[in-house]
Amino acid sequence: MSHLLPPSILRLVLPVFYAVVIVAVLPLLAGYIVLVERKVMADMQARLGPMRVGPHGLLQPIADAVKLLLKEDIIPDKADRLLFWLAPLVSVTMALLAYAALPIGPAFQIADLNIGLLFILAVSSLGIYGIVLGGWASNSHYSLLGALRSAAQLVSYETAAGLGLISALLLAGSLSMKDIVIAQYDQGIWFIFYVPIGFFIYMVGSIAETNRAPFDLPEAESELVAGYMTEYSGFRWSLYFLAEYANMIIVAGIATTLFLGGWLRPFASSHTALPGTSIELLDALPSLLVLGVALYCFYLAPKQPVKIQKMVMAMAGGLCLIIAGVLAGALFASPAVLQGIHGAFWFLAKVFTYIYFFLWFRFTFPRYRFDQLMRLGWRFLIPLALVNLIATATALLATREWGGSLLLYTLLADAVTLAVAIFLAKNDEVDSAVPVMDGE
Amino acid sequence: MGLNSILFYFFAALAVGSAILMVTRRNVVHGAVYLITTLLATAGVFLLRQAEFLFITQVILYVGGIMVLFVFVIMLVNLDVSLLQYQFNRQRFVAGVLALALAAQLFIVIKMGKTSLFPQARVPEVLPKNTEAVADALFGRFMLPFEIASILLLVAMIGAVVMAKRRV
Amino acid sequence: MSDPRGTEPSNVSSTVLGADEIILNMGPQHPSTHGVLRVKLKLDGERVVDSECIIGYLHRGVEKIAEHRSYQQFAPYVDRMDYVAAVSNGLGYCEAVEKLLGTEAPIRARVVRTILTELQRIASHLLWLGTHALDIGALTPVFYCFREREEILKIFEKYCGARLTTHAFRIGGLQYETYDGFEQDVKRFCEDFDHKIDEYETLLTENRIWVGRTKGVGILSAADAIALGVTGPVLRASGVKWDLRKAMPYAAYDQYKFEIPIRETGDTFDRYVVRMEEMRQSRLICLQAAESIPAGPIMARIGKVLKPPPGEVYHSIEAPKGELGYYIVSDGTTQPYRVRVRPPSFINLQAFDKMARGSLVADVVAIIGTIDIVLGEVDR
Repeated sequence: MSHLLPPSILRLVLPVFYAVVIVAVLPLLAGYIVLVERKVMADMQARLGPMRVGPHGLLQPIADAVKLLLKEDIIPDKADRLLFWLAPLVSVTMALLAYAALPIGPAFQIADLNIGLLFILAVSSLGIYGIVLGGWASNSHYSLLGALRSAAQLVSYETAAGLGLISALLLAGSLSMKDIVIAQYDQGIWFIFYVPIGFFIYMVGSIAETNRAPFDLPEAESELVAGYMTEYSGFRWSLYFLAEYANMIIVAGIATTLFLGGWLRPFASSHTALPGTSIELLDALPSLLVLGVALYCFYLAPKQPVKIQKMVMAMAGGLCLIIAGVLAGALFASPAVLQGIHGAFWFLAKVFTYIYFFLWFRFTFPRYRFDQLMRLGWRFLIPLALVNLIATATALLATREWGGSLLLYTLLADAVTLAVAIFLAKNDEVDSAVPVMDGE
Repeated sequence: MGLNSILFYFFAALAVGSAILMVTRRNVVHGAVYLITTLLATAGVFLLRQAEFLFITQVILYVGGIMVLFVFVIMLVNLDVSLLQYQFNRQRFVAGVLALALAAQLFIVIKMGKTSLFPQARVPEVLPKNTEAVADALFGRFMLPFEIASILLLVAMIGAVVMAKRRV
Repeated sequence: MSDPRGTEPSNVSSTVLGADEIILNMGPQHPSTHGVLRVKLKLDGERVVDSECIIGYLHRGVEKIAEHRSYQQFAPYVDRMDYVAAVSNGLGYCEAVEKLLGTEAPIRARVVRTILTELQRIASHLLWLGTHALDIGALTPVFYCFREREEILKIFEKYCGARLTTHAFRIGGLQYETYDGFEQDVKRFCEDFDHKIDEYETLLTENRIWVGRTKGVGILSAADAIALGVTGPVLRASGVKWDLRKAMPYAAYDQYKFEIPIRETGDTFDRYVVRMEEMRQSRLICLQAAESIPAGPIMARIGKVLKPPPGEVYHSIEAPKGELGYYIVSDGTTQPYRVRVRPPSFINLQAFDKMARGSLVADVVAIIGTIDIVLGEVDR
């Protein structure tokens, strides 16, 4: 492409192109994450999940989307019409805007801001207005309580999650998402190995920020019906839904970039070539993986009971085969293309692994109560994050002053932090044994 | 008038317009929404001048933090009552004097800086990294004022906690 | 400035913010009120200041219907009260009428009744466990519970053709002989079920969140429980060892060895532990009973038309949810003069306000779940 267009035009065209791709693909992706969620849930709960629309329910998201679009659009009589209309838009816009700074591959990024991380955090924290205003505008007690819970929860856990992120930022020394990944390449190690506790804190914080179980109090079905979106239906509701899943991908993307090496493949700094060629051994991994999935689809296709299901399953296999072909073809293309395509593959693979954990937690844990949630945030996560931060900073300083392996020092720092964590948890147990009854 | 100026006046108009709407709306939540718009528009102006760090601080702290708490508190207030309450206290004279003073200031400033009414994109393409620059300033030259401000905030915070904890 | 609403300010925050106590109507259509219970909550923030249960949305006049049906005709109606424990309802009614007639079912019938009733207790507790966990936000246990409950329902279906409202028993004994392989089915279920309970316990009992959500929530002291007439697991979790199966044995319970689990605190966690242990004990009873079902007739000789002598009788059994009592007055005709049911759910629900006051909205859901009510029985 760089031959066809002058660089100045390319600088304008490429980001727009990426933006259009992201906005177009994201709803589909969110829909399929929902399908995966339902399938994973079904598997953990000894049942099958959606099976009717397409083979193994593969077309379910499309059916759901059509249903939502065709639903009646209801605005409650006493609702604040302007804000009721505005709130879901705010939610979804902010969620999509955050993608601007997310590097999906070395080149596949709409804008490489030098405050990239802060930008994503800021914009995704604005999504709270969608929830709060929507909850208030609905003029319903359930919605209002959901909105209040959401606001309090987000403000609390953002602090903890942010402090967790800073431990990785210290190691990277930059706020630009791209530079953070490059720092991990240069140091030859993903930051999760330096600051596992920072990763853990961010993970818990990010689950709470995206209102996922066990922190899904703002939309706790058994208590608040559907929380802030109780009064929403049809397309407006689906905008909230889209925002929630878009936010999940965002937090997974942040975690991937900061802790899991972003678009880098495992052992990115080791370059062992296949004998006789210039292709690196590990670069062949993605295409082989996808090829395996494709073969499995073809193996399953004849076993489907209905003809159309056989066809769709074979088509899914064909799609995987094409992806595998592209991945394999990239091996022989120029290094930039190779990095772009394989970078996107690894990035998405890590993002989905992270999201899988979200799903897993959701089906395993009961829900926290509000006061417990707050106690966990303020009295466990935030102190722990502070200790972790200081310990990591000390380890960095020690390496700089005395030399030696950073990994060794961070291990020491982690041990200290872990001890503090155990102390905090024990302390918490003593506290919670006394029933909390303030006031009156 | 380049793209920069157009954007600047767009943000400026947005900021002023929503500021006016903020004080004139009877519904407090609507007022809060307009205040948020004003803050965001101001942040836009910062970004236009390539003060990225300032921009992001404005968004994270004011819009993402403080205003969330504002809205949080407003939602707890019984709005039906506040809609009926008289919203202005009788200080028209003081307000008038202040408004006049402000207008005079604005007039002088505009008169003095006529040339900067249509700012050109004079800023270089690549600035030194904002974040580092701000950090250098805060923890280098302005260390003492910065720490004093921090202590002030800490005192305020502890004071707030103490007041909230005291039950009546 | 005086408060424009003229309300009594309770503390600083409420005067400054003007925050009122809000009234939240939970139900009758709400995901976790287990049917059509309506709870009117007065909230200060999220804390419950006052609560009121409003019932009657499922009232069908079951007791009145009884006065226009013959004794046998009324038997299927009782299944519709606690519809997740229909077998227990039937047992109570049949035994009450038998007592009125001055007769008793043959021993074989009584043993089969014991087995089915205990299976029903397990099924009822499984349903409670699943929905209770779901209310507290654990999405998965409910499916495991239904998986095992399904096995029990299959046994019911094989025995009498119905799964939910079974009408399994008849006045005077049983209508159907057990099917071939009944004992094996019961035994196989009991063998499997042991480690299934362990599975639930791994998911819940030692889970920090679960313990945090249930310990110290909805405490009911023994004195309060007795004063309110609470029975069943709720009473036993408060430390009162009272179980009609031991205290006034009926059916064939006096022949089997089992324990009555009790706990001391009377909080939601204790009620959970008590019910879990009860499932294990019910399993033991089923195993013992299925080991040796005595041979013999399954029906007492009572004739086709029932005309009990004039008089009245009160008979109660330990249903899964507590003491289920039937008070029947006969005027010597084929139809009862009056039937009054003492439903455990209805009376246990009276303890709700005691448990809920001062707790949070999230606890309310846990407390409704822990009382284990079925609205069909509360409203009748």
